[in-house]
Amino acid sequence: MSVKTLTIDGVPIAIEEGTTVLEAARQNGVHIPTLCHLEGISDVGACRLCLVEINGSPKLQPACVTEVAEGMNIRTNTETLQDYRRTIVELLFAEGNHVCAVCVANGHCELQDLAIEVGMDHSRLPYRFPEREIDVSHDRFGIDHNRCVLCTRCVRVCDEIEGAHVWDVAYRGAALKVVTGLNQPWGAVDACTSCGKCVDACPTGAIFRKGSTVAEMERDRDRLEFIVNARKDHQWTR
Amino acid sequence: MAKIRLATIWLGGCSGCHMSFLDLDEWLFDFAEKVDVVFSPVGSDIKDYPENVDVCLVEGAVANEENLELLREARQRTKFLISFGDCAVTANVPAMRNMLGGSEPVLKRCYLELGDEHPQLPNFPGIVPELLDRVRPVHEMVEVDMYIPGCPPDANRIRKAIAPLLEGQTPDMTGRDMIKFG
Ligand code: SF4
Ligand code: SF4
Ligand code: SF4
Ligand code: FES
Repeated sequence: MSVKTLTIDGVPIAIEEGTTVLEAARQNGVHIPTLCHLEGISDVGACRLCLVEINGSPKLQPACVTEVAEGMNIRTNTETLQDYRRTIVELLFAEGNHVCAVCVANGHCELQDLAIEVGMDHSRLPYRFPEREIDVSHDRFGIDHNRCVLCTRCVRVCDEIEGAHVWDVAYRGAALKVVTGLNQPWGAVDACTSCGKCVDACPTGAIFRKGSTVAEMERDRDRLEFIVNARKDHQWTR
Repeated sequence: MAKIRLATIWLGGCSGCHMSFLDLDEWLFDFAEKVDVVFSPVGSDIKDYPENVDVCLVEGAVANEENLELLREARQRTKFLISFGDCAVTANVPAMRNMLGGSEPVLKRCYLELGDEHPQLPNFPGIVPELLDRVRPVHEMVEVDMYIPGCPPDANRIRKAIAPLLEGQTPDMTGRDMIKFG
């Protein structure tokens, strides 16, 4: 194991090779906002909220999929980054149909939390109001594409932790959406074990338990991390 | 010191934001010492939006011709315009009809397909305002000086947002207390 030395926001740190910038920041008490990142599953760099500035690189880099390197000088909270983060959150709101007042996740939503964090009190970008579907064909769960931010956490959790690989991403551009099976109604997908891991993974009100009403939907985020650690370290209680 | 000339207007909203405003309870007495309510659906009986308004709270999304006209008038005659509540800030629930493809399918569904006795589209030019094809948030139509999100914003948030304005200061609109949607 070799160790890399670098600085994050001016503070020198030493950390194991292969660690991501996000990990390194978190281990050193530096908070970087994230959305598509979820402890316990792989990172894909989809949402770009975790962008940081790295000296010597003209581009901003996503912290969750960038590995630390010797001598890196990372800045996590510059004005440029703050501005970009707010714009990203505005894009997410403007792109889908987020009517928080009638959403199951209201008050327990990572997108809403991000809006608060980045200081978004309105969207400077015009709302698109796309026409999107809701699939409630599953006995216990439903998906409302109006609230989906395409983080693919459901896709990864179902594949990597449950091993069922029910979810995938289909289509392109504005038509992009997550699908179940080969774009079948969720209830028709035999591979689904109804474990509910996708429900726990979803950061917004997109995947929900049937019967949840407005603002009622709380999730157990730590459950997924617990399962992963339990498998790795053979710790089966919490 | 001259009193602040305050107006409130109610566009495409449920009046919940106005009700939340009334929830300020006894603080409204302190408030009344500093402001003159010159136009408001809950605080005055004046029909025309006056000139020289200092502050205006706008509830509701812009959903029909009348909303748009009143909003433009208010903007023109007001120094400081506040987008008040989620319908004003995001277009919120009223805008859910946007996803149904414009005003026509919505009107047809409500007045023709679901009309019991005499299905007909409302049509009284000059009396029943035409729906805009798209419901829009206030700041997409006119310039806005401040935003108070929430559906409705609770009385505390309203107070923390407007109390500093009365003293000529800008409120700190950050954190969950001040900017949460829904
Ligand atoms: S998922 Fe629901 S609570 Fe979260 S931002 Fe969207 S509408 Fe609001
Ligand atoms: S319930 Fe479990 S198996 Fe079914 S889609 Fe969700 S994560 Fe996959
Ligand atoms: S359904 Fe939820 S978890 Fe899946 S991509 Fe959409 S927002 Fe992410
Ligand atoms: S958390 Fe890094 S790109 Fe989404």
